[in-house]
Amino acid sequence: MPKQIHLAAHFPGVNNTTVWSDPRSGSQIDFASFVHLARTAERAKFDFFFLAEGLRLRELKGRIHDLDVAGRPESLTVLAALAAVTTRLGLAATVNSTFNEPYEVARRLATLDHLSEGRAAWNVVTSYDAFTGENFRRGGFLDEADRYTRAAEFLHTARELWDSWSAADLVADPAEGRFVREDAGAFRHEGQHFAIQGRFTTPRGPQGHPVIIQAGDSDEGREFAARDADVIFSRHSTLEDGRAFYKDVKSRLAKYGRRPADLKIMPAVTYVLGDSERDAAERAAEIRRAQVSPQNALAFLEAVWGRDLSGYDPDGPLPDVEPDLAGGVSKGRAQFRGDRSETVRRWRELAEDRGLSIRELAIEATSRQTFVGTARTVADRIDEFVQTDAADGFVFVPHLTPGGLDDLAEHVVPLLQEKGVFRADYTGPTLRDHLGLGPARTPEETA
Amino acid sequence: MTHLHLAAALDGAGWHPAAWREPGARPADLFAPAYWTGLAAEAERAALDLVTFEDALALQSSDVLAPDHRTDQVRGRLDAVLLASRVAPATSRIGLVPTVNTTHTEPFHVGIGIATLDHVSGGRAGWRPRISASAADAAHFGRRDVVALTPEDLTSPAARSFVRELFDEAADAVEVARRLWDSWEDDAEIRDVATGRFLDRDKLHYIDFEGAHFSVRGPSITPRPPQGQPLVAALAHSAVPYEFAARAADVVFVTPHSRDEAAAIVAEVRAAEERVGRDGAPLTVLADLVVLLDDAPGAAADRLARLDAVDPLASDAGTVAGTAAEVADVLLDWRGAGLAGYRLRPAVLPHDLEGVTRALVPELRRRGAFRDGYAETSLRARFGLPRPADRYATTSGSSR
Repeated sequence: MPKQIHLAAHFPGVNNTTVWSDPRSGSQIDFASFVHLARTAERAKFDFFFLAEGLRLRELKGRIHDLDVAGRPESLTVLAALAAVTTRLGLAATVNSTFNEPYEVARRLATLDHLSEGRAAWNVVTSYDAFTGENFRRGGFLDEADRYTRAAEFLHTARELWDSWSAADLVADPAEGRFVREDAGAFRHEGQHFAIQGRFTTPRGPQGHPVIIQAGDSDEGREFAARDADVIFSRHSTLEDGRAFYKDVKSRLAKYGRRPADLKIMPAVTYVLGDSERDAAERAAEIRRAQVSPQNALAFLEAVWGRDLSGYDPDGPLPDVEPDLAGGVSKGRAQFRGDRSETVRRWRELAEDRGLSIRELAIEATSRQTFVGTARTVADRIDEFVQTDAADGFVFVPHLTPGGLDDLAEHVVPLLQEKGVFRADYTGPTLRDHLGLGPARTPEETA
Repeated sequence: MTHLHLAAALDGAGWHPAAWREPGARPADLFAPAYWTGLAAEAERAALDLVTFEDALALQSSDVLAPDHRTDQVRGRLDAVLLASRVAPATSRIGLVPTVNTTHTEPFHVGIGIATLDHVSGGRAGWRPRISASAADAAHFGRRDVVALTPEDLTSPAARSFVRELFDEAADAVEVARRLWDSWEDDAEIRDVATGRFLDRDKLHYIDFEGAHFSVRGPSITPRPPQGQPLVAALAHSAVPYEFAARAADVVFVTPHSRDEAAAIVAEVRAAEERVGRDGAPLTVLADLVVLLDDAPGAAADRLARLDAVDPLASDAGTVAGTAAEVADVLLDWRGAGLAGYRLRPAVLPHDLEGVTRALVPELRRRGAFRDGYAETSLRARFGLPRPADRYATTSGSSR
């Protein structure tokens, strides 16, 4: 049997890849939108549905960023509701390990696993910014260096809590007069970041542990994933980058006693379908133009220039001022981390060579859609990525809410099924089953 | 006659500790979603106002201050907000009111969680904030020191001031949630292609809450919930929690054991409203009662005696066991003390919930004391509360 592809659906999030100006763009908050995308994904037999998180509205130049889609639900709460309208689809929540406590997060994830009958997943993210911290009791207290140690200990503590109930602890036998085994849920954890003890309230979920997703790309992030994650949500969406990343991460698994198949690598990708290659390319260009409004183009440059550029014409040439390397104008999203002077130099060169305006440059410099073509060529390309070990599958990020995956489900998935590289139906009830993961690892295996 | 408000309190196998051993009980299903959607749907068929979902950050215990080691009672719970959300799409009219701890949780997460419940349920969300004074709960978080209370010193000045502080913090948590819900005006989302703006940032508001235990900047990440302000309910047994309810809640659940006690408690609640200077609608006062219902005269009392012989019921609330007619007599008698209705705690699930929905409700309808079906769609409207204007709105017409 050829290598099997895994697919996930990303609910269009709070970023400029989501086009809101399109007349087909629906609500980002009505439950009906979540139901639509989740049911589309389940109809197409996707592995899981994925929700990102952002715990503070983004700001630009000290004011709330008003150009992009904003406003989202609390992830786990909306996923619990989606568990009612789907039966097989995995349900993945991004939950921050900085502004939460292990006891509560472990409890809520175990609950989602029960309520979905074994379909819960947790994308473990970390944050250290004081900006987001202003919404929380603890504030912005964490050194950047402590991010991964806290995240790792947070996850290990959550596992201890999930393991505090064995499947046999719930007896519920009236004849014997016994509901639980004695001391079910008892736990004690002493570590650098957490010192907690007591009794955990939620019996072991159907999956034992929910599926763990990790998205970091640094060396520490890769090591964290190799040791602790079941899925990597990666950003490497070209063949060459993908293969290098895949090889690197998979090679790290052995030292933790894990097999290559124990960690699935699923880059976030976008796609555009057309009746012909040319039609698809034209549509892709239109979508990129809609994603980068004139106002968005200026905002995009401001994040790199570190200064207010509102006096510049988005349809005119690039700003002639130098970037303010000390200035930071954007808050609440991943900061621009590259060399800013070098980026400005490179963009100026590109704009000059090709006669690009600010907006055209922004369109050029923001990422292109990963897969552009007819249903046939897109299916072939997806398969090529997976068969040549650039990925185990993909997290599709649609540009429209909520119908953005309709055509993928209708036209591309059947072709993958025909090729025998994607399931025609679910073969098991749990997300661990869909991903081909074994049972949750025991404490000995994760020590 | 105005109609009673009737809520059903769902918890485990029911409120009697021996309930899980009963022939009709489903103790192995207490963590399965179908169990809960079935119960909520049963309550909805009888047009009950709402169902509540109990929760706590510690395992159930026969000792209120510490865990026990008993193995012969129901132990274990699901997170109540997620449970309510799981039930939401399986129901369409009934209110959903989970219990949420305010001592160890993040007010921001709680606020957006309830707002989300309101979005997924189309305006049927409420919550019951509760404090935790137990050292065992605190040890689950390891973040704060608590006064280690023993039964002897529950009435000591130190214990009283500690508990008062926890209720003050709970009031702060409710205030944060309420501000977050209003932090997006209804028309903040404009999708204005001409200016490239998705939002009108002038209609988004920092809440800048500063309290003794936390500060929250805002605005929310979740748009204003359909009800504007989801319902806040409090369970209260004494003066400090009555004041908390008067400051923070829309509905209060109280625990009288007789009509006279009900009258005294209602007077205390009204006095608490006066003391805290409550403005707006007075609290809707609902009495909690553990109920056992059977068709044959004497059968419910016999059943209670049989259950008590196995594992006696110890409850903060009063207990009523009888036929539907007998229980209806009690409910209609006590309402004269100023109660707007009841939160009924079925002793055994699903038996006593079905007793409520299939016998008690029809009996009350015959007496003109309960509605035939749902008229309004939002939970607030069911309690006569309008959709409130946004506290931050400077222009009129923000209510939709």
